[in-house]
Amino acid sequence: MFNDLILTLQDANTQWVLFGTILLGVASGVLGSFALLRKQSLIGDAMAHAALPGICLAFLLYGTKSIGWFLVGAALSGLLATYFIQVIINHSRIKEDTAIGLVLSVFFGFGIVLLTKIAQSENGNQSGLDDFIFGQAASLVGNDVRVISGVAVVLLIVTWLLFKELKLFTFDRQFAQGIGLPTGLLNGLLMALIVSAVVIGLQAVGVILMAAMLITPAISARYWTDRLDRMVIVAGTIGALSGMLGTLLSSMANRLPTGPVIVLSATVIFLISLIFAPNRGLVSKGLKLYRIRKIVARETVLQTMYDLSEEASITNKKLLFSKEELLTRRKMAVRKLDSNLKRLEKEGYVQRKEDLWYLTESGGYEAHEIVLNNRLFEIYTMYEMKFASLQFATNDVWDYKHIGSSTLHELEQLMAVHERTPKLEPKYFGEGETLRKKKSSQRAEKRKKEVKSL
Amino acid sequence: MNPIQVSNLTVAYDRKPVLQEVTFQMPEGKLIGVVGPNGAGKSTLIKAILGLVPKASGSVEIYGKSYRTQRKLVGYVPQRGSVDWDFPTNALDVVLMGRYGHVGWFRRPGKKDTAIAMQALDKVGMKEYADRQISQLSGGQQQRVFLARALAQDATVYFMDEPFVGVDAATEKAIISLLNELKAQGKTVLVVHHDLQTVKEYFDWTLLLNKQKIALGPTEEVFTVENLQKTYGGRLAFLDSQVSPSYVVQP
Amino acid sequence: MSYGTWIMLTGSLVGVSCGIIGCFLILRKMAMLADAISHTVLLGIVLAYLVSHSLEGIYMLVGAGIIGLLTAFLVQVLHSSGVQSDAAIGVVFTSLFAFGVILLSAFAGKVHLDVNHALMGEITFIPWNTLTIGGMDLGPSAVWMLGTVLIINLILIFLFYKEIKISSFDPAMATAIGIPVMFIHYLLMSMVSITTVASFDSVGAILVVAMLIVPGATAYLLTDKLLAMLIISAVIGVISAIGGYYAALVWNISISGSMASIAGLIFAATFILSPRYGLLSKLLARKSLITE
Repeated sequence: MFNDLILTLQDANTQWVLFGTILLGVASGVLGSFALLRKQSLIGDAMAHAALPGICLAFLLYGTKSIGWFLVGAALSGLLATYFIQVIINHSRIKEDTAIGLVLSVFFGFGIVLLTKIAQSENGNQSGLDDFIFGQAASLVGNDVRVISGVAVVLLIVTWLLFKELKLFTFDRQFAQGIGLPTGLLNGLLMALIVSAVVIGLQAVGVILMAAMLITPAISARYWTDRLDRMVIVAGTIGALSGMLGTLLSSMANRLPTGPVIVLSATVIFLISLIFAPNRGLVSKGLKLYRIRKIVARETVLQTMYDLSEEASITNKKLLFSKEELLTRRKMAVRKLDSNLKRLEKEGYVQRKEDLWYLTESGGYEAHEIVLNNRLFEIYTMYEMKFASLQFATNDVWDYKHIGSSTLHELEQLMAVHERTPKLEPKYFGEGETLRKKKSSQRAEKRKKEVKSL
Repeated sequence: MNPIQVSNLTVAYDRKPVLQEVTFQMPEGKLIGVVGPNGAGKSTLIKAILGLVPKASGSVEIYGKSYRTQRKLVGYVPQRGSVDWDFPTNALDVVLMGRYGHVGWFRRPGKKDTAIAMQALDKVGMKEYADRQISQLSGGQQQRVFLARALAQDATVYFMDEPFVGVDAATEKAIISLLNELKAQGKTVLVVHHDLQTVKEYFDWTLLLNKQKIALGPTEEVFTVENLQKTYGGRLAFLDSQVSPSYVVQP
Repeated sequence: MSYGTWIMLTGSLVGVSCGIIGCFLILRKMAMLADAISHTVLLGIVLAYLVSHSLEGIYMLVGAGIIGLLTAFLVQVLHSSGVQSDAAIGVVFTSLFAFGVILLSAFAGKVHLDVNHALMGEITFIPWNTLTIGGMDLGPSAVWMLGTVLIINLILIFLFYKEIKISSFDPAMATAIGIPVMFIHYLLMSMVSITTVASFDSVGAILVVAMLIVPGATAYLLTDKLLAMLIISAVIGVISAIGGYYAALVWNISISGSMASIAGLIFAATFILSPRYGLLSKLLARKSLITE
């Protein structure tokens, strides 16, 4: 296996191809990031399909296979297709996805027509135009690779020079226009860059799968970072990796076509990102969800106990509750309730009197904290505009102790206005008795003390 | 039995609560306005009742049973912007869709259904437009088509999501008279509404909502400066300019 | 029947089947999902062959149906896990298609399918590949397969017409009155899959997309009634097929490519000339508004 690899790497032709596919991967990963963020992923697909008639026309006009003219033809027809898509969307009731599919399929169909025409002509056999449909990386020769690499390098340099402008334009077109950037020009430039990336990929990957080179590395990179500059670098790296893996694997397993293997390599990297990426990956999300669910379930039980106690104290009922009462107040799986009650019992927060449950004094404190925190969050969500300086997406990270005292005070006042202030002092919990009894017994004790002191 | 009974309803998107423990019951035969600031969860309330968004907890009952079994008792007017009006169909056809719930699988709406649909169109003053392609209708006319569709549902409880948004004066009038007619027939209508100026004029009952229920009751009792401050809170400046206290407080 | 008639009949059947289904795809804004499915059925066909060792219609239909549904399902899963829907479509279809191509070349010796054929179809061979039962020649098997699929589609659309209609127009309302919107979605996606696979032998996987999208989009610019849109779309499908065949005869070019091109020309003409929604009538209307 390893020997195979060394042998493969020693082959001069493979080195060329490897160099080409890696650079291609970088360029398409970088530009794909912009396409993805502009929600134009499938436009790349349309451009790739639409390139076919351009290539054929270039061949018909020029007469022989010339990578340079192919690129020009492909780029022109790719841009024309993009323009048609825009015209159709802007001037009719047809929506974007239909416009893309329509232009893509008609251009491709026309390309097939031209292809059959060329195949009948005398020099048709040596044209090798069929390669453009699926790509034929293995047949790349030195000259092709030079052109591909040259274009890729130019694309990367242009992107690097204009990164700031392109970033702003991608993020907020109107703002970019507002500060005086020539957005029309930038749009055209970005389209031209994407078309060029598509076009240089056609020979290696082919028109059908070229979309993957733009989309898959970019979407994979999205899992690893939230910042565009890093995303572009990660996407470029993933593109390069896919190009390298695909080329090596396919040249070692002789029969496999390079383009699809590159695409599948990218897919595998995507799957790895989807599953294992920190924060955004499924595993990390799943673990986080599991943790949160556990915390939420425990909090929910305590909060429900507190709410019920609060209600019971008003009607002067005993602060003892059956599981059914807990369940009707807040729906929950019975087994989950059981396990949480058991856990809370161990922690000393709840106790059982036959079939009825009550909060202990320490449980009262704990529940009071939770209820206070949740109700403050609730008030915050109601007045989000007012407290815009606090940026909390979800209540997982909300903790009222981390909020400035003046803001907290305001929140507390609003909470009082809405009668959501937790009314039950934790010290009244403990025996599952009614509040009055408790109070009176406390009063009795107080009196005893007073009597004693007398 | 109450037409609408909502208990401890909580809805959350991505763990961020949109509705918090909302509990209320609606009396029968009333026009109820649901009022609150943007993002208060008004539309979400309707969608949660109709099972269009998942509930985090709580329950909803229509005449004492789950919505699932009571679908035929319920009519729904979604926001006008929620559909693509370029869809190739005419006004009558859209209204006929209100009959689909009654027609059942594999059957077509029949003559009787068409008659009901025409009647519904007539009631909203759109009879002449029955054959008109829906994209050729004005915003107000589209809204009336949606109302007619709900009428064709022949329901007992109606939920309407912002029917007064962006409509002309004629449509507004048509909607009001329709609401009153429904009320006269003893039907219950819950309307999400955002124009504070007209609440007292339009609705018998008002539900003030901002993530949680602030107040519910007869409009003259509930629609007070104090309650509105509680509902709109930080956006009081807006409130002052919109509703003068003398307008809100009962003499 | 003559050779040419069989080819035109085959093309027309493709046009009608695709044209009708395509209307719903356009109205539901799912044209690109259909594009994705039309690519991934290749994998379904290869897998069906590797499992059953036969190229018989029924296995192909089942294999393509399963992979088609899988495509729709994977796109849904990725989308709900936070990937924007167009990127989800792009990732899924290219992956499955690439996998199909790799399988095809890995088992190249065993599978009598070549990729170019799969893509571009070979409608010229259709009339010779006939169905014979009990020694009786019943005509090209592709015609039988396409006919069957068309009938299945028509029956399903007839049965679920109002459910498909309301869930396309107003999914929220459909859900509220108890229509299983997801079931309708997957029903349509299965119809797309089996239609694609039945058409694929004749026009090829990629050009099925042209037949699915172009006639429907053209009809969308011509009428305001759903039923009329379905019929017009089917008719345009047939015209494209027949026109494409003659054009291919005259210029001696790929039949399927020429069908797609003719469909494109019809669309372009409609886009400019349509009485109500055409570019020209819009311009005229604007002009008359200005002169008033």
